[in-house]
Amino acid sequence: MSTTAQASAVAPAAPAADTWRGLPGLALAVAAVVAASTFAPTSGYILNIVMQAATYAIGVAGLVVVLGYCGQISLAQAAFFGLGAYGVGLGTADFHLPFFVSLLLGIAVATSFGVALGLASLRLGGHYLAMVTISFQQIVTLVLTNWISLTHGPDGVKSIPRPSLPGLELDRGDRYLALCLVTLMAVTWYAWRLKTSRLGRAMQAVRDNEIAASTCGIDVFRTKVLAFAISALLGGLGGGLFAGAFSYISPDQFAFGESIVLLTMALLGGVQSPFGALLGTTLLVLLPEWLRFLRNIYLAVYGAAVILIMVFLPDGLWGFVANRLRRATPIEGAVPPLPLLSQTGATSSEAALVITGLAKHFGGLKALDGVDLTVRRGAVHALIGPNGSGKTTFINVATGLYRPTAGTIQLAGQDLTAAPAHERTRRGLARTFQNIRVFRGMTVLENVMIGAERPGNDIAEQPVLVVSRALAALDFVGLRADANRLVGTLSYGHQRYVEIARALAGNPHVLLLDEPAAGLNMTEKHELGLLLRRLKGHGLTILIVDHDMNLVEQVADHITVLNFGRRIADGTPREVLTNPDVIAAYLGEPRENAVA
Amino acid sequence: MLELVPQLLFTGLGIGAIYALVALGFVLLIRAANVVNFAQGEFSMLGAYLMVILSGALGLPYLLSVPLAIAAMAAFGVLFAGATYWPLRHRGQLPVIISTIGASIFLSNIVLATYGPSPEVLPALFDSPGLELGGVFMDSQYIAIIVITALLVLLQFLIFERTLLGKKLQATSQDKEMASLLGIPVAVMVLITFSYSAALGGIAGVLVAPILFVSVGMGALISLKAFAANIIGGFGNIPGAILGGLALGVVETFGAAFISVPYKDAIAFALLLLFLLVRPQGLFGEKISEKA
Repeated sequence: MSTTAQASAVAPAAPAADTWRGLPGLALAVAAVVAASTFAPTSGYILNIVMQAATYAIGVAGLVVVLGYCGQISLAQAAFFGLGAYGVGLGTADFHLPFFVSLLLGIAVATSFGVALGLASLRLGGHYLAMVTISFQQIVTLVLTNWISLTHGPDGVKSIPRPSLPGLELDRGDRYLALCLVTLMAVTWYAWRLKTSRLGRAMQAVRDNEIAASTCGIDVFRTKVLAFAISALLGGLGGGLFAGAFSYISPDQFAFGESIVLLTMALLGGVQSPFGALLGTTLLVLLPEWLRFLRNIYLAVYGAAVILIMVFLPDGLWGFVANRLRRATPIEGAVPPLPLLSQTGATSSEAALVITGLAKHFGGLKALDGVDLTVRRGAVHALIGPNGSGKTTFINVATGLYRPTAGTIQLAGQDLTAAPAHERTRRGLARTFQNIRVFRGMTVLENVMIGAERPGNDIAEQPVLVVSRALAALDFVGLRADANRLVGTLSYGHQRYVEIARALAGNPHVLLLDEPAAGLNMTEKHELGLLLRRLKGHGLTILIVDHDMNLVEQVADHITVLNFGRRIADGTPREVLTNPDVIAAYLGEPRENAVA
Repeated sequence: MLELVPQLLFTGLGIGAIYALVALGFVLLIRAANVVNFAQGEFSMLGAYLMVILSGALGLPYLLSVPLAIAAMAAFGVLFAGATYWPLRHRGQLPVIISTIGASIFLSNIVLATYGPSPEVLPALFDSPGLELGGVFMDSQYIAIIVITALLVLLQFLIFERTLLGKKLQATSQDKEMASLLGIPVAVMVLITFSYSAALGGIAGVLVAPILFVSVGMGALISLKAFAANIIGGFGNIPGAILGGLALGVVETFGAAFISVPYKDAIAFALLLLFLLVRPQGLFGEKISEKA
């Protein structure tokens, strides 16, 4: 396979245009900033409102990253906002540090707490982070209120100065507002670019399906902690600027209720997009001013709004409009074929995947009980067995989703027994799932790009080549025309092909297919058989688990049979399928009857 | 200080029993509907305010108000399910979590707008202040809490293990698809669980009101404690929720006595973090894990 050929290939035009999809939003944001800084008076009420919206929106952008992209609920954004604000407040007013030094300190404190909380809670499900952040929010309020010697307690911090840089006069209201707006623009730009970056795609993959993400080589835990840290950082940044804007801060400005306000802003505008967040923030900062009669119950209205948004407008206002403007245009342009296709297949005697004595016990149940299996390079190896014989458990242990009770797993001579799932993928193991696990919030192309971005893949670091590699994989499975469609809109059979394309785009050494024919109709099964034979023809090493004997006979060079977690036969298809133990296992009859 | 230990233990168990009741309602919803309900504590807050309305404003006899408040909470549970869970039940866990957070904010602020921030006072269940036993003063309200909690746990055990309804509820929580194939009306079972969970929260609120005062903030605080109790006991584990609640009550009471009163509520958080770091599966192990 030649990487120079790929590098010189013409990049398809459409994905490039795709990166500019958010341009109307950006133009809108720029227009808003220009309008705001032109028409904002140098002091007074309007200035305060715009300043509040701008600083809040920076914090809300953090929620877009952690909740919108990564699917983790943080209910402490006001606390991080508060840490940034107190960093600036105490740093400048009490410790007489320069403004920007204090700002950096505040951001550092907020981010450190974010990292620490993330490390403690993100190894577990989403609800843990939600509860941990609620607790953290309460603690921050308690500390800000009760640690009077440091924080001045309920009195708050007064006379917070604005930065004074020679020539810039940032202490003037309109100048300081410009600083906030420029920062907001930079943050919005960053959040928007992040979404279509490798890290952003990894976050969305984690949001949509953690298990599939880990088998695509994504370090799920690290990705979640990063998303949460970025969110805490942006919270601290917004809060720091807020302190400078209003020169007075007190604990109640950063209480739990404010976290809910920030969350509502993100959800109302659309938590998937920084522009949506901007829209939601602007609306909710302005609305309470317009709806003054709600003073008493405005938080209750926010609470009800959260439920109504979740039910009727799950993607928020921006998402609602964006979904209607979405066009799934096909992507034109030739791309170099998958590297795999330049090879021709021949089974070698060299072992690609060697598994010895593999055992997995669930309590007293021995799902796998000392299974040996060797997949030779270039071979299509089938693993069959009756329901409950341990086939899927085998694949799950082999790919690192379950920890084996005993046994070893070696890929190309390297021991992977203790490696986590994403590490195994990095070394060249790829898989598909019996119950399809695609990334539902993303397009077909994005799904397959995540496969191409597998760490350890030759082109993983080169965005343009990632796109062309993903398109090549879609070409191979015949779904190129659907590249820009949301994956959830595809038929079940086609979603399975997306999974296969995702695995192929990563150019794996060994591909594990977990019941690829499950749920397919006859035509689709036939097509799948053809596809597998093409893969075999190019020498891809495959371990396939399936029930469909027709399919297995078509493609397999070698068959291993499991029953009750033990290997009962191993050999060529002819040997295995005439083996009396195998027949008995399948027909459920005593051996002597079956043989007779 | 040491002579305080039996007294603190008794008080801690009383508070812990409240946490255990709320945690129990919380864990039942997780198991039956996979709903992590962030408004669980608001059930207690509403139960307590219902008592303020029924026995305070309407002047009904106390012992009539209690069953009325609990029945109203049971009905409210169904309403709550209809608003926050039902429309979102096919959309995964995250949207439902967010909508229960919305419900929690909505409920507490509606009550805040009606009753204001100052706490209401509710009389104790019994007139007698309590009794002294071996140097430990046992407040009658704490005795009531502990006894009623024990009876409820026993009753639930009997219902779950000895009745057909209980078996159906268990089947629903273990495998909804299978239960549905066996002809169990899963939707009804889920609604019953919501109703029961809200009633449990309501009972906890009615019981704890004379001790804590009735305030809007009590809901969020109790939610937090119930969640911590679940983590300590093992997420999704029913005996774990009860024992976790009791343990949290005791540790918190000792912490307030020996460490610091203003940071009493921080103890639950510290304990929660400690468990997440050291033993995330809790004392009894997490019962829910995703199948690959």
